[in-house]
Amino acid sequence: MSKITFKIGGVHPNDAKLARDRAIEVLPLPQTVYVSMAQHLGAPAKPIVAVGDKVKTGQLIAEAGGFISAVVHSPVSGTVKSIAPRADIAGKPVTHVEISVEGDEWAEGIDLSDTLVTEIPEDRVAILKKIQDCGVVGLGGATFPTHVKLNPAPGSKAECLILNGAECEPYLTSDYRILLEKTKEIIVGAAIMQKVLGGCHTVIGIEENKPEAIEAVRKALTELPYNNIEVQSLKKKYPQGGEKQLIAAVMGREVGSGALPISVGAVVQNVATSLAVYEAVQKNKPLITNTLTVTGDCLPLERQHNYLFRIGVPLSFIAEYAGGIPEGAAKLISGGPMMGKAISNLDAATVKGSSSILYLSEASTRRGTESACIRCGRCAQACPMGLEPFLLNRLYKAGDNEALEANAAQDCIECGCCLYSCPANIPLLDNIRMAKGTVMGILRARAAAAKAAAEAAKSNENKN
Amino acid sequence: MSSTIIWTVAILAGLGFLLALILYLVAERFKVEEDPRIDEVEKVMPGANCGGCGFAGCRAFADAAVKAPNLDNNYCPVGGNEVMKKVAAILGFKVEEKAPQVAVLRCNGSCAVRPRINEYDGVKSCKVKAALYSGDTGCSFGCLGCGDCVEACQFGALSMDPETGLPVVDESKCTACGACVKACPKTLIELRAKGPRGMREYVACRNMDKGPAAKKACANACIGCGICVKTCTHDAITLENNIAYIDFSKCKLCRECEAMCPTGAIHGVNFPKPLDTAAVKERIAKRKAASAPSAGPSGTLPASGPLPLQPGAAMASGAEQPSSPSNVTSSNSNSSNE
Repeated sequence: MSKITFKIGGVHPNDAKLARDRAIEVLPLPQTVYVSMAQHLGAPAKPIVAVGDKVKTGQLIAEAGGFISAVVHSPVSGTVKSIAPRADIAGKPVTHVEISVEGDEWAEGIDLSDTLVTEIPEDRVAILKKIQDCGVVGLGGATFPTHVKLNPAPGSKAECLILNGAECEPYLTSDYRILLEKTKEIIVGAAIMQKVLGGCHTVIGIEENKPEAIEAVRKALTELPYNNIEVQSLKKKYPQGGEKQLIAAVMGREVGSGALPISVGAVVQNVATSLAVYEAVQKNKPLITNTLTVTGDCLPLERQHNYLFRIGVPLSFIAEYAGGIPEGAAKLISGGPMMGKAISNLDAATVKGSSSILYLSEASTRRGTESACIRCGRCAQACPMGLEPFLLNRLYKAGDNEALEANAAQDCIECGCCLYSCPANIPLLDNIRMAKGTVMGILRARAAAAKAAAEAAKSNENKN
Repeated sequence: MSSTIIWTVAILAGLGFLLALILYLVAERFKVEEDPRIDEVEKVMPGANCGGCGFAGCRAFADAAVKAPNLDNNYCPVGGNEVMKKVAAILGFKVEEKAPQVAVLRCNGSCAVRPRINEYDGVKSCKVKAALYSGDTGCSFGCLGCGDCVEACQFGALSMDPETGLPVVDESKCTACGACVKACPKTLIELRAKGPRGMREYVACRNMDKGPAAKKACANACIGCGICVKTCTHDAITLENNIAYIDFSKCKLCRECEAMCPTGAIHGVNFPKPLDTAAVKERIAKRKAASAPSAGPSGTLPASGPLPLQPGAAMASGAEQPSSPSNVTSSNSNSSNE
C-alpha cells in the first residue's frame, strides 16, 4: 500500500517508542481517588453526589455542565470523602470529588466479560445517547465530548470517518498497545461510529513505524463482518495526529481557517476513543479507564510500562507503583514531549485524557540560550498550518493584534514544530500561544457582539 | 554662460515663490481650527505619554480636558496636583486635590520564606508563566518574579531584588500611572494613597487559600485568621476570601494590626520608628481588660471610637510623632525607601 502524509510543514523527531513491547498491565487501586470535574473540553461537570454517599464503580457522580460538556462516573466503589477544589497538574484549582476506595463493586448493568460483541444496535439516536451517558470524550488529547462531534450540525454530511492511530508524539505507546491488544474492539467501535454518521467510508490511519499494528488491524478487518473500513499506512511525520493534518494526509483536503473538519466531510476520532465507544455501546461501560504510558529517556527499558488505569488515580501513585522517579529525571511531562504539559504537581489526579508520565533528562529538555532570529525560515517551513511563526512572534512582541489576526495566529495548533526547529532557541510557541489566546478572545467578543446585534435587530423587527 | 546661470536661478526662485504661494493659500483655505488652549495645556503636561490618565498620550489628554465640562474624570497621575492646578488655571476649572498615590506590591513571599517547588525554564514573562501553570512555588497567588511590571514601568521606578525575587518600588520615581498594575497577571500591585509623610499600612499578600495551605506555601502569607480585623478599632480591615484588606481612608496608622499579625503579612512602611511589637500588644491587652466589664453581657468590644491611648506607647499617628530616623528597620517594619 502506498504511504501518504500531509504536505505542509512537519518535523521528524526521533520517535523513541521505548515502551512499545510492554503489554498493558492493570494498575492496582489506590486508597483514594480524586475525580476531576473538568476533564473534558467545555463546561465543567456538576457533582450530583454528596459527602458521605456510597458509590459503586461506574456510577454516575456528575452531570454535564452545558451543551459542550460530559458526565463523569465513579472509577471506584467507596465513600465520597469530599467535594473540593484541588490542584491539577499545572497547580491550578479544579473541583475534585474525593472517593475512598472500598473493594471494587461495579454498578449494575455493566458487562465486564471479555466477549466481543460484534452486533451493532440499529437505532442511531440510542447509540449517541449511550455515548453521551457514558461520558465518552475524545482521547486524542483535546477531550472534546464525542457525542457532540458525532452529531454534526444539520446540513453537513460526513463523507469519511478517520480513526486516528498515528500516535505521532514520540515516546507514547498507549494507542499502539491498544491497537495490538484490543484490535477488534477498536474496529467494532469504528463500525458503531460509522453507523452513527450514516455509513460513511472509514479509514484507520496508522504511521509506518507501527507495522505490527497495521498488520493486526488488517488481519482483524478480514475476520469481522464490516464493510467500507480500511487501514491506511502513513509516512512517519509529526504532527500527523493533528486533526487537520490527518485529514490532509488521508483525504487530501485542507480544512479552512476557523472551519471544522466536517466542512470538508471529515470526522476524526482517536483509536482510544473508538475503544471507549465500543465499551460504552456494547458493554454499557462508562469511560472510567484509559491506557497510559510510563516512559522517558532516563528510564531503564525494563521500567517502561503501559498501564490500564482508573481515572482519578493520583499520578504520584502511578509513579510510585512504577518504581519511583528515576535518577536523572529533570522534567516530568503528562502527554508527549512535543505537546504535553509539564507536571508541576505530581499529586494531581489522572483524568480521562491522561496518556503518559514522561521522565525526560536534563539534556533532552533544557532549553538553549535564546539568540537573535537569523531569518532562516525553518519555523515557517516546519509549521504544518502554513503560518510564519517568526512573524507572529514579532507581532506579539509589538502587540499588534490586528496583524496577528490577519496572519492567522488563531490557526496555530500549538504543535511545537516551530520551537523544535528554531536554531536560535527563540520561544516561538510560548509567545504565539499567548497571541492566539488574545486573538481568539477578540474573535469571540466580536462573534458575541454580532450575535447580540442580530438578536436586537430581530426583536426590533418583531415589535414592528 | 553667465546668462544660463542667471536664468536657472531666476526660474528656480520663481518656481519656489509660486509653490510657496500655493502652499500658503491652501493652508489658509483648509486651516483646521483648533482650540489654542490644547497647546497650552499640553505644554504644562509632564510629556511622558505614559497613558496613565487613560488617554493615548499627553496631547490626547489635553484635547479631552479642553472638551470636557469639568476636570472630574481627567487626572494626570504623573503630574499630580501641581500639574492639575496649572491645567485648571488655563481652563478656568476647579480641581479637587487628590491624595498622591504610589504602587505597592501585595506579596512578600521572598525566596527565603516561599520555597521553590519546581523550576521554570520557559519564557521570562509573568504573563506566559501565569498562563502555563500556577508558578514555581506552592503559592498560586504570589509574585512570579519574571519582572513584567519592571518592563512596563516607563519611569524606572521598579526593579527586581535578586535576593528576595520580588520587585521593589522606588517611591521617589513612582508616578502611580498604573502601568505595572495592568502588567501584573496576578494583580499583585495596587495603587495606594501615599499617606502622611509616606507612612502607610497594607496587607502584603493575596493568597486566598485556606490558612494551613497558605502557611505551607509561604511563611509570610496572610492566613485569613482575622486577628487584625478583631484588633482594628477603626473598622478599617475587612476579611474576604481568606485575605485581609486595609482600607486606607479609614486606617489611622496605629500599627496594632501589624503587631498582632502572626505571619508578618501586614507591612507598615516609612514609619520613623520601628514597631515595638511588645508595647503595642501590651496596650491592646490593657484596653481589652479595661473594656471587658463595661462591654456588657454580649462581651463584645466597641467596634470603633477613640483609642484609649497609653502614653509613651509606640504610636505613630501623624504629625505629633517625634521622628528618630536612626534605626528604621526591624524584622517587622519594612522600610523600603530609606
